[in-house]
Amino acid sequence: MKESHYDAVIIGAGMSGLAAGIRLAHFGKKVCIFERHNAPGGLNSFYSIAGRKYDVGLHAMTNFVPPGVKGTPLGKLLRQLRIDREEFALCPQKRSRVAFRDCELQFTNDFAILDAEVAAKFPHEADGWRSLVQLVRTYDDVALDAKPVSAREIVGQHLRDPLLIDLLFCPVMYYGSAQERDMEFGQFVIMFKALYLEGFARPLDGVRVILRVLLEKYRQAGGERRMKCGVARIVEREGRVAVLQLDDGSEVTADHVISSIGYPETMRACEPSHQAEAEANTGALSFVETISVFKQPPAAWGWGDDTIVFFNDSDRFDYTRAADLVDPRSGVICFPNNFGYAGEGLPEGFLRVTCLANYEKWAGLAEPEYRAAKAAWLQNMQRGARRFLPPVEDAVLAENLVTTDMFTPRTVRKFTGHLNGAIYGAPHKVKDGRTHLSNLYLCGTDQGFLGIIGAMLSGISMANYHILQKG
Amino acid sequence: MTKEECRKLVIDIISDIAPDEDVTTVKPDVRLRDQLQLDSMDFLDIVMELRKRHGIEVPEADYMQLASLDSCAEYLTPKFQAKA
Repeated sequence: MKESHYDAVIIGAGMSGLAAGIRLAHFGKKVCIFERHNAPGGLNSFYSIAGRKYDVGLHAMTNFVPPGVKGTPLGKLLRQLRIDREEFALCPQKRSRVAFRDCELQFTNDFAILDAEVAAKFPHEADGWRSLVQLVRTYDDVALDAKPVSAREIVGQHLRDPLLIDLLFCPVMYYGSAQERDMEFGQFVIMFKALYLEGFARPLDGVRVILRVLLEKYRQAGGERRMKCGVARIVEREGRVAVLQLDDGSEVTADHVISSIGYPETMRACEPSHQAEAEANTGALSFVETISVFKQPPAAWGWGDDTIVFFNDSDRFDYTRAADLVDPRSGVICFPNNFGYAGEGLPEGFLRVTCLANYEKWAGLAEPEYRAAKAAWLQNMQRGARRFLPPVEDAVLAENLVTTDMFTPRTVRKFTGHLNGAIYGAPHKVKDGRTHLSNLYLCGTDQGFLGIIGAMLSGISMANYHILQKG
Repeated sequence: MTKEECRKLVIDIISDIAPDEDVTTVKPDVRLRDQLQLDSMDFLDIVMELRKRHGIEVPEADYMQLASLDSCAEYLTPKFQAKA
C-alpha cells in the first residue's frame, strides 16, 4: 500500500470537517484533512486587518445551555469530542429581539421571556403557541431518515396570525435557511431549539477560540492536516472513489472520503462531473455584512442592551434572494460587545449588520464599481439598521468610528468556494450524507444540521454512522 | 481480572466520555441509563473505547449486555481473561 493511503480523507477544515477528523483520529483511523484556504474554519473563520481581529460568519454561537443542562446538542458535542466545557469559554448573550415595524419580541437564553412576550402580545394565539412549542420539544429533528415537510405548513396548523409566524421565522431563517420563503420543518425545529429554547453565547475572543480547541484536539489525536491544498478532483471508478487529485497535482487514496465543501461543489469535483445534479441543488441565498469598529463600546451611546436584533420593515417578511445588490428591508444587527463577559470586554466597539444580497449582481461588477457599491451599501445598511436601535446623533458615531470592513457574496465565494456565495448551502439537504459513490459522504452545511454546533454534530454523526459504527 | 476491576474499567471509560456525570454513586445492579444521562451515542462510545483501550470487541447484538455495571462485569470479565 502506498504511503499516501488514508483510512479516511476529509475535504475542508471547517467546523464539521474538524469534528469528523477528531472522532476518526481519536479511534485510531489514519485521517487527513485537506483545506484549500490558508486558514481553518470554512464559513466560520476569522481574519486580521491592521492587527485587528475579525470573525466571519459567527455572530453568536447558538445552542447555548448553562452547565448542568444535559441531552442538548452542546452537551452531546462536548462529550463526543472529549472537550471540557471550560475550553470554549462561552459567555452568554444579554438579550436579543425580533424587531418588526409595528411589533417586537424579546428573547434571551431563558425561554420564559419569549414565552411571556408571545403571551402578552398575541393572547389570541396562546393555545397554538403552546402546542407548537410542545411539538418542537418532542420532534426528532436529527433523524437521518426523516421525510421533508414544509415548516410554513406545519407552523400554520398551530398559529394563524401571519405577524407572529413571520416574527418567529425571521431569526430562524436568517440563521440557517438555505431555502427561500420556507424551510424544511426538521430544520425549523433545529433552529427553533438552537435560538429560542437554548440560546446565544460567544467566547470573548470569538470563533478562533473554538477553532483553536478543535485543531488542538485533532492534532493530539494524531490527525494530519494539509492547508492551502484542496481536493481538485474526486475520481470515481465502479461506484467508488478511486483516487483524489489534489490542487498541487499529487494524488492520494482513501477507504472513505467525507466532503464538507457542499453538495453541488462535491458533485462538480467528481470525475466524471455530475453537473446536472449540482445545478439542480445549488443555493441562491447570499449575504453582505458590514462591520464598523468604534473607539468605545456601543453601550457608551445607549446600544448596550441588545446582543442580536433581527429586523424587518416590509408587510410580510420576505426571505428571498435580493433583487438588487442588497435587500435592505430586513437583516440582522449584532453587537459582539454585548455578551456577559464577566468583567472583561472587547478593547473596541463593534457593530455588524447583515442583509440578504444577490451574488450575480455583485459578481458582475467591475473592480471600481464594486468598491463604490460597497461604500454606498455600507452607509445604506447602517442607516437601515439604525431605525431599529435607540436614536443616536450621526456625529457621535462619526467621532467614534475607527474603521469599517465589509464582505459580499463575492468574498464568500472566494474564501469558502461556495457557489453563488451561498452561505447556507444547497436548498435540499442530504440528511444521511450518502452520495452516488458508496465511500463518499457529505457532512456540514449540506448534510443539514445547522449552526456551528450543528456543523460539528454533522461531522461527528457522519463519521460515526458511515465509518466508526462499521468497525 | 476480577469483576470488581472490570467494573472499575467501565467506570473509567464512562467518566472520560461523560465527565459531567457523577459516577461515584452508580449502583452496580441498576441500569446505567436509569441513573446517568447516557444516550445511544454515549453507549457506542463505551463500545469503541473498550476496543481502543483494551482490544475488546462487543458485537452489536450484545450491546444490551452493557446495561448495568454488573451485567458489564458479567459479560466483559471472561473476555478480558481470554485475552490475558
